[in-house]
Amino acid sequence: MIDATGLELIARSVRGSLGEGTVRDTVHAHGQATLDVRPEAVRDVLAYLRDDADEPFDFLASLHGCDYFPKEPRLAVHYQLLSTERRERLGVRARMTVEDAEAGTLPTVTDLWATADFQEKETFDFFGVRFTGHEDLRRLHMPEDYEGHPQRRDFPIGGEPVLFTYNEHKVPRWYE
Amino acid sequence: MSNGPLSMPYREREESVTLERMEAPLAGTEVEPDAELFTVNMGPHHPATHGVLRLLCTLEGEVVRDVVPLIGYVHTGIEKSCEDQQYWKAITFVERMDYLAYYFNAYVFCAAVERLLDEEVPARAQYLRVVHMELNRIASHLFWLGTSALDLGAITMLWWTLRDRDSILDLFEMSGGQRLHTRYFQVGGVMEDIPPGWAAKCRDFTANMSTRIDQYEALLDENQIFIERLRNVGIVPQERLRSLGVSGPLMRATGDPWDLRKTMPYCSYEDFDFKIPVGTVGDHYDRYRVRVAEMRESLKIIEQAVDGMPEGPFITSNRKVALPPRHELATSMEALIHHFKLVTEGFRVPPGEVYEAIESPRGELGCFVVADGSSKPARVHMRDPSFVNLQCLPDMARGELIADLVAGIAMLDPILGGIDR
Amino acid sequence: MEIRRQPLQTEPQKFPPKTGDNLRVRQLRARQMLRGELEDSELGEYVESRLGLTTLAKAQNWARANAPWPLTFGLACCAIEMISVVGSPRTDAARFGAEVFRASPRQADMIILSGRVAMKMAPVIRRIYDQMLEPKWVISMGACASSAGMFNNYALVAGADRFLPVDVYVPGCPPRPEALLHGINRLQEKIKGQPDLGWRERYGAHGTEEVWGRTGSEGVAGDPG
Repeated sequence: MIDATGLELIARSVRGSLGEGTVRDTVHAHGQATLDVRPEAVRDVLAYLRDDADEPFDFLASLHGCDYFPKEPRLAVHYQLLSTERRERLGVRARMTVEDAEAGTLPTVTDLWATADFQEKETFDFFGVRFTGHEDLRRLHMPEDYEGHPQRRDFPIGGEPVLFTYNEHKVPRWYE
Repeated sequence: MSNGPLSMPYREREESVTLERMEAPLAGTEVEPDAELFTVNMGPHHPATHGVLRLLCTLEGEVVRDVVPLIGYVHTGIEKSCEDQQYWKAITFVERMDYLAYYFNAYVFCAAVERLLDEEVPARAQYLRVVHMELNRIASHLFWLGTSALDLGAITMLWWTLRDRDSILDLFEMSGGQRLHTRYFQVGGVMEDIPPGWAAKCRDFTANMSTRIDQYEALLDENQIFIERLRNVGIVPQERLRSLGVSGPLMRATGDPWDLRKTMPYCSYEDFDFKIPVGTVGDHYDRYRVRVAEMRESLKIIEQAVDGMPEGPFITSNRKVALPPRHELATSMEALIHHFKLVTEGFRVPPGEVYEAIESPRGELGCFVVADGSSKPARVHMRDPSFVNLQCLPDMARGELIADLVAGIAMLDPILGGIDR
Repeated sequence: MEIRRQPLQTEPQKFPPKTGDNLRVRQLRARQMLRGELEDSELGEYVESRLGLTTLAKAQNWARANAPWPLTFGLACCAIEMISVVGSPRTDAARFGAEVFRASPRQADMIILSGRVAMKMAPVIRRIYDQMLEPKWVISMGACASSAGMFNNYALVAGADRFLPVDVYVPGCPPRPEALLHGINRLQEKIKGQPDLGWRERYGAHGTEEVWGRTGSEGVAGDPG
């Protein structure tokens, strides 16, 4: 469990080696630590955390997207890092607007961890986030020719309307 | 919509989707330039893929040169549906994801929400959760054993393991009311206490199960066919597995004793004394032995938990989160109001985001919940172990025969509900 | 509206069969038959009582009903219960002739759609259904295959009956193995041509069905108002 000071130390070392503007924010809540970084620098930050940091993280547990609609910047990609030696978890978050995401600001991390392959495809499928450098970015769960990115918050949930009685469309509403 | 792909007739649309990019150069494989490659589709409907998994195999004769898994054939939109439901209703959605390990799905979601709420779970509830999760682990491994042995030709194991799995499902029915997807875990504890006689029945089960596992091992461990099919087949180096994000029995078969129950304990697992079985070589045979040994360790945990079950409440007493007991509704106005608000609107969770991870029978199962202050989650993402483990299938299968590919799928233990969500 | 009831059986049934009123008598009769000691009318009586007469259609239906070979079509959680039906010794589909799960659609009689039908999977299922040979039946097992189940969203087809003709719906999430067996039994009765009479036939309650979609006659058919 990384405590608040540990998180600040990590943020400081990342800023020190990669530049001041890399880490936008640090969040420590509910016993979990998250670094908010600039999207363009994500790959460098993760490479640094994997290889050069004093306390390296060797396992990418999860890579997933999130839509913070209506708060801007809307789309975010979260990376959950795990250190099997020290048994600590660290979250890295990169937030960007929809236009930036579709333009491909975010670099891929498949060369650092092979696990990112499917997970980046899934994030592209559901949120439309393009990862530059990914060899084969295609839809994974939805059919190949599907239009739209389902897990964005403004994508409708879809499904069938539930009819409660056979002549519902004829019965006047109670508020009319 | 009027001019898009969906306006074309079905067959045209199907034929317009090409798979050229997938059959493109096989990077990283030893293929001679003049080798005759043949692409075979092990379609979504296939007896040996555990569920609707589609594999595009590029074969040279009988040897697999490349495998591309294509998924999404049982994609249910669970994550998006959860955003539309209250937290306690989302438990039922999330349970149906990895449909053999339903208690684990429910637990990880409840644990994430409890962390967001900073909620304490009483000790009895934790022990009950542990017992049910370990029973589910045994049930999941039993089903895996039955169907994997079926794939390899040892059909007897299916009958035996399903018979034992029925006794576990009887226990679940006794405590939770249903065999599968019981909705027994709630945020703050469990739905209700175990009925009298459950502990005795559980001890009966654990007493019998040891001899049953002995019988399974006696049948398969030194079986010539089993050994020939599984020994030294499907070896993937540990570093490659770590890079692929593989966890669970697949990782432990290579010798890495990483198990979240021991390394980052949750839900009072630190109170129990059990071992982590690891393999040596990392082939399919080790994966099989690791899972069977894990069943034995789970039996130990269940015995310790049932014997040492503390007394106390089975759910948190925080009325803002958990329903008050029914008898209070007749006497207390506050309890009535809490009940009403919880059932109609649900409890509200203060804004925040949390990633919680546990050890499911297939590996690290993670749940990422974003709360925005309302009674419905803003984002639920389940990091499913089968989804990530599936990426090591091409590594396992390259250079081996198709029959070894089938054994590989079996030993990988994929659950398509979790992969496709 | 009158309620028609079946009269109670007041006279005793003709049991045991005509050739004798207990086992010993029947045994002696059979021995006489084997020894060739029965003469004309007695022989005729004996043969009639041991013979079953039926039509070819009924015999065919009986044969088809008692050996429905399902196609292995497990999609999701209901597949686990389906495998329990065939594998667990407690609920056993083998006694109904349905334990031979064929992998090839060409060799299967019925398809048990167990699990949620995703949009991506629907054309696959339809293609496999088309590959099956007549006669074929469909059991839609579980809530997700019958309607959308609890997943009313963009990813699922709301019920397999949108693209397949379904014969029997088995509700549940997941249905118990016993429920699936009940569904297989109902399918067998349907194949034999003896569907269970619904309550409207039994109590003569015709005219109470709800009718909708017809122009100008909205409302309950047969309603006095």
